[in-house]
Amino acid sequence: MICIDLFIGFLKVGLFAFGGAYGAIPLIRDVVLSYGWIEDEMLTYMIAVSESTPGPIMVNLATYVGSSQAGFAGALIATTAVVLPSFIIILLIMVLLKKLLKNPYVQAVLRGLKPCMIGIILATGIFMIIQHSAGSFGAFSINTTAVLMTVVLAAIYFGSGKVLKNGISPIGLIGISALAGIIVYGL
Amino acid sequence: MNILFDLFLTFAKIGLFTFGGGYAMIALIENSCVEKKQWITHDEMMNVTVIAESTPGPIAINCATFVGYKQKGLAGAAAATVGMVLPSFCIIFFISMFLDNFLEIAWIAHAFMGIRLAVGILILDAAIKMIRKMQKKAVPLAIMCCAFIAMLLIDLFALRVSSIALMLIAAVISLSIFLMKRNAGKEGAA
Repeated sequence: MICIDLFIGFLKVGLFAFGGAYGAIPLIRDVVLSYGWIEDEMLTYMIAVSESTPGPIMVNLATYVGSSQAGFAGALIATTAVVLPSFIIILLIMVLLKKLLKNPYVQAVLRGLKPCMIGIILATGIFMIIQHSAGSFGAFSINTTAVLMTVVLAAIYFGSGKVLKNGISPIGLIGISALAGIIVYGL
Repeated sequence: MNILFDLFLTFAKIGLFTFGGGYAMIALIENSCVEKKQWITHDEMMNVTVIAESTPGPIAINCATFVGYKQKGLAGAAAATVGMVLPSFCIIFFISMFLDNFLEIAWIAHAFMGIRLAVGILILDAAIKMIRKMQKKAVPLAIMCCAFIAMLLIDLFALRVSSIALMLIAAVISLSIFLMKRNAGKEGAA
């Protein structure tokens, strides 16, 4: 049943999403695509929407995916499931296991999890860039327009940090890329 | 004002006004809960941030649960967490009802074709920032590279391997290395 799947799927996301919002994105892709809930394309759009609306990104994505699958009930179930693990873990740490995180075994596990998560996030970012720059991967065709736009956007985003004090914010980049899309694909 | 309602309202405000999630929120939580309300001290706030980094889930939720529990136990934790989630829940639920229709409008569809290129760049940027902060030691670097290559292959060839499996493998490897080192140390001492 879809509600149980949503609950279990997002419980997994909430339980394994180390490294904040960007750590959750690979997991959410994993869960959402393996259940076939929404298309990869739509998920990418929603990541941008979640980045541009207030609130934690993984909560936003859970609400969206839940809502798209089972309306209000789905949104409620997916959101609860993604929040529940961290809620319970923090309570457990505060009430029972104040020293848990200093335990050498726990530390050893965390030392493995963190670099692994970074590798996964890096791969996801690069894969998404490749995916949208290639017309279709099977044919190894290259979408020249998308490649050029990606290079320009990346240059603006990473270059802005050297010119401006704090660089362009993620929302700023999303705004610029939206404008670029309207101009390049619309005209 | 009732403390539960105050917790709910304060975190609802934080949830409503922080964009970009995660670390952007910490500054706002510090401002409301440490400086204005004095619910927790600056040191406690630093502690929560460290705990949040070592536990799964959204950092903002970890902070809300922590502050709420300190003030009013389980009910406080629940009030703060629900407050944190509610604004974005309402906004996203509203958007989810209209996004499909929006995308049928040509210029919005074009805008999203541009936006999807930005998403990959943002994720790449998040990874680069994490790599800069991480310890440059052999074992973590090796785990990171293996996870990177494995995940890229999984994505490129659409393999049915979950990233959770990669994380479990990394945890087991790291724990084994720790145990081996500890045993080696004991034998050396004896």
